[in-house]
Amino acid sequence: MPTLKIPTPLRPYTSGESTITLPGETVAEVLEALVERHPELKRHLLGDNGQLRPYVNLFLKEENVNQLQGLETPLTERDTLLIIPSIAGGKEHRRDHAP
Amino acid sequence: MLPELSHEEIHRYSRHLLIPDVGLEGQRKLKAASVLVVGTGGLGSPVALYLAAAGIGRIGLVDYDVVDFTNLQRQIIHSESRLGDLKVESARDRLQDLNSEIQVDIYNEYLNSENAFEISAPYDIIVDGTDNFPSRYLVNDLCVLTGKPNVYGSIYRFDGQASVFNAEGGPCYRCLFPEPPPPGLVPSCAEGGVLGVLPGTIGSIQATETLKLILGIGEPLIGRLLLYDALDLSFQTVKLQKNPDCKICGENPQVTQLIDYEEFCGIPACDHTSEEWDITASELSARLKAGAPMRLIDVREPHELEISRLEGAELIPLGQFASRLSELDSAEEIVLICKSGTRSARALEILASAGFKKVKNLKGGVNAWAVKVDPSLPIY
Repeated sequence: MPTLKIPTPLRPYTSGESTITLPGETVAEVLEALVERHPELKRHLLGDNGQLRPYVNLFLKEENVNQLQGLETPLTERDTLLIIPSIAGGKEHRRDHAP
Repeated sequence: MLPELSHEEIHRYSRHLLIPDVGLEGQRKLKAASVLVVGTGGLGSPVALYLAAAGIGRIGLVDYDVVDFTNLQRQIIHSESRLGDLKVESARDRLQDLNSEIQVDIYNEYLNSENAFEISAPYDIIVDGTDNFPSRYLVNDLCVLTGKPNVYGSIYRFDGQASVFNAEGGPCYRCLFPEPPPPGLVPSCAEGGVLGVLPGTIGSIQATETLKLILGIGEPLIGRLLLYDALDLSFQTVKLQKNPDCKICGENPQVTQLIDYEEFCGIPACDHTSEEWDITASELSARLKAGAPMRLIDVREPHELEISRLEGAELIPLGQFASRLSELDSAEEIVLICKSGTRSARALEILASAGFKKVKNLKGGVNAWAVKVDPSLPIY
């Protein structure tokens, strides 16, 4: 089964798991299996339209899946899908204005 | 015409001059170069220190903050003796102590759409050492609009990212992340923490990339995103493509000037951070003493409760909040608690959307409780 690598900021929603093996033959199927197992991840990854959110990227073998076939990109048993979120760092309060 | 090096400079930069890829000409390029470092925090510290040591002729530092005790765990340009001082002054003094030959300009300002063009004008390259989304989009757009490379780095806990955006026709930050996440969705280092050494690794990579760009050597991180996982000790690069639909560097750009980045990065759609939902530490203490039946829910991570906690508080980490709503009763009066009130405000939004009305957010979190009510607790 394909493997998903979960970045640190999303691990609170996967009970701390950093890699998850999930059934699916396409990116969409694996994501579906992921959010079924960890429902709180859904709003972090997918918009209401079921598409990937614009601040989340998925990479397969160094390539952004958007450059492949998007959510329909086929996956093999040995594939590892990387989730790459936006991270900004530092400040807790957005309006603190601190670089 | 590149500037000449004095005998003293030749002596100082001897180890650079020995590398054929740098040599005399390369060192003269570094002397002629100017770099703006936005932020003098975790990333800006190693970036500025290494650029100064390497002999970058002119370094600009932008920050408006003062040196805080919690900064010292990672912001190695500052020191205990400078607590409370302006970060730009603390950083400048450290850089000039390291290398008095270079020019260091300081801007004790928050970089924004009004001052960004003027501040950045004298510099060839901009290093993004910021710590929030509005500043990252601002730095990116500024670089695209002025045609300057954006040397990007970002950190969280054990994870780091680095890239060189907007250089040699390569992609920009918006090509990768067209929009920021809504406020609160992505935890900050102030909430989630960061390994103190992590910005050292990522900042050193940013400094390296800056030197490579100036020297014109090697393969810069253009069109690639470096991902560093300190726990696994893995470095991985993925390919980034220029997005033809990118709103600022695409074929039909819609962003043609700097915008309001606070607005772009969103204000909470449902602002439960307003005061009517707050309860102060003193009020809560008084009500608990009076015997008010209140359920205290702490939304931090389990390990944080070992640092400090309110007596009787139950733990429901924010990450599990939505799936554990059934453990809460909307008839009860609930007070949500975290470190300083940000995560508990997110939990409050979840409860309010689920129809809970009798919910309060402990203003300033357990840290405020430590200051106002129980000084035996540490502040973190």
